[in-house]
Amino acid sequence: MTENRKFMIEGQLVDERTEVTIVQLCRSCAIESELVDRLVAEGIIEPSRREGDILYFPQHSVKRTRIVARLRSDLGINLAGAALAVELLERIERLESRLHFAEVVGGQVSK
Amino acid sequence: MYIYTMKYKDYYEIMGVPREASQVEIKKAYRKKARKYHPDVSKDKNAEERFKELGEAYAVLKDPEKRKAYDQLGANWQAGQDFRPPPGWQESAGFGRGGGFDGFGAGSGRGAEDFSDFFEELFGGGFSRAGGPRPGAYPPQGQDVHARISIDIRDSYTGATRSLQMQLPEATPDGRVFNRQRVLNVTIPKGIRQGQQIRLKGQGGQAPGSGQSGDLYLEVEFRADDHFHAEGKDVYLNLPVAPWEAALGGKVTVPLPSGHVDMNIPANSASGRKLRLKGKGLPGKSPGDLYVVLNVVFPPAHDKTARQIYQEMRDKMSFDPRAGMRRS
Repeated sequence: MTENRKFMIEGQLVDERTEVTIVQLCRSCAIESELVDRLVAEGIIEPSRREGDILYFPQHSVKRTRIVARLRSDLGINLAGAALAVELLERIERLESRLHFAEVVGGQVSK
Repeated sequence: MYIYTMKYKDYYEIMGVPREASQVEIKKAYRKKARKYHPDVSKDKNAEERFKELGEAYAVLKDPEKRKAYDQLGANWQAGQDFRPPPGWQESAGFGRGGGFDGFGAGSGRGAEDFSDFFEELFGGGFSRAGGPRPGAYPPQGQDVHARISIDIRDSYTGATRSLQMQLPEATPDGRVFNRQRVLNVTIPKGIRQGQQIRLKGQGGQAPGSGQSGDLYLEVEFRADDHFHAEGKDVYLNLPVAPWEAALGGKVTVPLPSGHVDMNIPANSASGRKLRLKGKGLPGKSPGDLYVVLNVVFPPAHDKTARQIYQEMRDKMSFDPRAGMRRS
């Protein structure tokens, strides 16, 4: 069942100002709102504002939530452990990108 | 039902345990491999694939009933061999199609496409609808799909379009999920940064019936580059300079990801010195800065002239690069 379809798509840039509601967050990560409450309590994500009953989160919470939810269900680690893993993963990502650059600058010999 | 061939999967081989392994050993092997190949953790190119395979193997081997049924197929099958279940399989094994299977992966946003035809045939339907939130919690909607897209830093300076081929989940009217190959031409907005996402509304998983399609999120990743490196909206540029340029200073032309700029190098600059070019980082309302990091490279002493010059430097300059080190 393979079929090619062509689209030309103008995406929407997700930046620091983009927010998602708790419902969108749950849907995007396929989790239930109780888990969101626990992630907030654990300090993994933080709502940016509340309007009536609706909590809004910065868009980057989606990635964190998704990774934490997956690590938890896939690897059997608890929330605190998953939170630590996410923070370390983010740090590794920054360091790896810096490391590649530093290695080139530090070790370059003209050919 | 249509006829197709499927390949036998050796779940023990995938898990890396002998056929007589205990449940405890299987769990341990799974956990070890899952940590290694988890797509959020692993750098392995095939991590996603291997992790799926592992999840499928574990879904069978961790469940004594499924494991027993799988074992009944016998030990003579080879991984990858064409496979058809023995006649009467479903009745005897008790895994009728359509029977619910609340299995691995449910709730983590991954659907039926995770498990092979081999698994589907043996352990049945029902699972197809296991992905996504609890039924009834939200109106039936397609899944949001998250993917990564690699671009060059240059693409952020200029803006770009990229053609992507993706397998995206779609649902048949009766709710079965399958993957369809789609080609998407995506606009990369100017000034996009590492880790930022592009949201393509309605381009994610399609919903059964009239439900709303999910969105596709593309997370931007800059390809590793020997010369440029971005941190947020600031860009670092590795600029090779000759020893005399660093020592005597002077004007050099610096190639930027888009265009170039003339820059003055101050005399007595050392390797690693950072020179800031304001507003030459990633473009935007408040553009980032460009940091030019000097990288002094030495001409090799391959010929007579070069050797003479180095010898002269050695003899005439009183320079001890290790003066600051303590000697014992």
